[in-house]
Amino acid sequence: MNYNWNWHIFFEPNPTGAGTYLDMLVAGLLLTIQTALLAWVIALIFGTIIGILRSLPSRTASWIGFGYVEFFRNMPLLVQLFLWFFVLPELLPRGAGLWLKQIPNAPFWTAAIGVGLFMSARVAVQLAAGIASLPRGQKNAATALGLTTAQGYRYVLLPMAFRIIMPPLTSEFLNTVKNTSVAITIGLIELTGQARAMQEFSFQVFEAFTAATVMYLAINIVVVTGMRFLERSLAIPGYITGK
Amino acid sequence: MFDNLDFDVIRRSLPYLFLDGMSFTLMLTGLSALGGLIFGTLIALMRLSGYKLLGRVAGLYVDFMRSLPLVLVIFWFYFLVPYIGQWLTGASRPIRVGAFTSSLVTFIMFEAAYFSEIMRAGIQSISKGQPAAASALGLTYSQSMRYIVLPQAFRNMLPVLLTQTIVLFQDTSLVYVLSIPDFLGAASKVAQRDGRLVEMYLFAAAVYFVISCVASYGVRRLQARIAIVR
Repeated sequence: MNYNWNWHIFFEPNPTGAGTYLDMLVAGLLLTIQTALLAWVIALIFGTIIGILRSLPSRTASWIGFGYVEFFRNMPLLVQLFLWFFVLPELLPRGAGLWLKQIPNAPFWTAAIGVGLFMSARVAVQLAAGIASLPRGQKNAATALGLTTAQGYRYVLLPMAFRIIMPPLTSEFLNTVKNTSVAITIGLIELTGQARAMQEFSFQVFEAFTAATVMYLAINIVVVTGMRFLERSLAIPGYITGK
Repeated sequence: MFDNLDFDVIRRSLPYLFLDGMSFTLMLTGLSALGGLIFGTLIALMRLSGYKLLGRVAGLYVDFMRSLPLVLVIFWFYFLVPYIGQWLTGASRPIRVGAFTSSLVTFIMFEAAYFSEIMRAGIQSISKGQPAAASALGLTYSQSMRYIVLPQAFRNMLPVLLTQTIVLFQDTSLVYVLSIPDFLGAASKVAQRDGRLVEMYLFAAAVYFVISCVASYGVRRLQARIAIVR
């Protein structure tokens, strides 16, 4: 392979004048983590609301839940980001559209909200499945104790369901981290974007992508290890996962 | 709100969008699904082979691919495939590879990791008695896999495989990062040429939405039809 390897490239100054190439990649890593965390918060909030709607006996509620999930699951994430970024400001009334276009850090907010809503549909499906997996007696017992529906969800069903769906939620969080890289298309210079920029400036393609790969693997290992501890301490005694 | 929109741009660009863009997308989806399924099945067989080293290698490959974002993998292969080609053909310099070949290699290698997990679950869902009966009948390992285990595993997992293919169909839009004119890339080219981002992106979204909805409805129907009563 006649490729000119140069692993010292990371410690050479980058063309932006601020630090080395390694600093560039680390800045990208931090932006990836920030975007993913904000997206994850959004995904959890909306996913919980929609997941609850899907599990309610009301016809209307489960239809809303179904429609929401189908809407966000049947379009590529990239197209959804384009809709939020390019289309939404044009369809709003003039004033609101102009305000949207002038928000500083627009790619960051669009990416966090877009990825967050995209992932919320998946969280909703997981949560609804978690609630459905609970024995019917749990809900009945909550009602028999005099809890309202809201209280039943708050104190009985949701705490159980979330503990049961911990493992799939871990992989959905990892998907959120990975999906932030799609925001490179709306100009968010996160980890993949910085690796790409480094490749264009320095021509050291494989070093740049290797570093980004190692960083993504590191995120995975940290999250998986951390979640394993969390899963173990939150596992419900008597269920397969809890011993 | 819709005053200054010109939806005629969609009609004018229909032939380009579908004959060039959508056919690229569908070809890429179909061939990647096929290739991913073949390689995925091989990886699943490696993991279940009982040879420790082989299983470890396959497991590492799957975990590795699944921890990377597809966008990064697309970039990786875009730059790597010319060198792989050089190595395979023994040429003196990296060979030139077309956009389609490059993205096809990417998606096959990437999807193989996901398909292998599905096939592994499918193979493991076959009761132990089946391969045992096969070897009692004198079938070799490969015969038992070919005639007994894999057909059943494939049938059991068909809905999941198709659902993964729908995800793949949506994911092919990411070749946009290489400025390849797949369906979204074609829509985006027209959008930028004519300054009609709103119309084109709304239309692209609608097309992806309708195709995915119809396909997943079909999968649900199929699932109900082929479910084996146990």
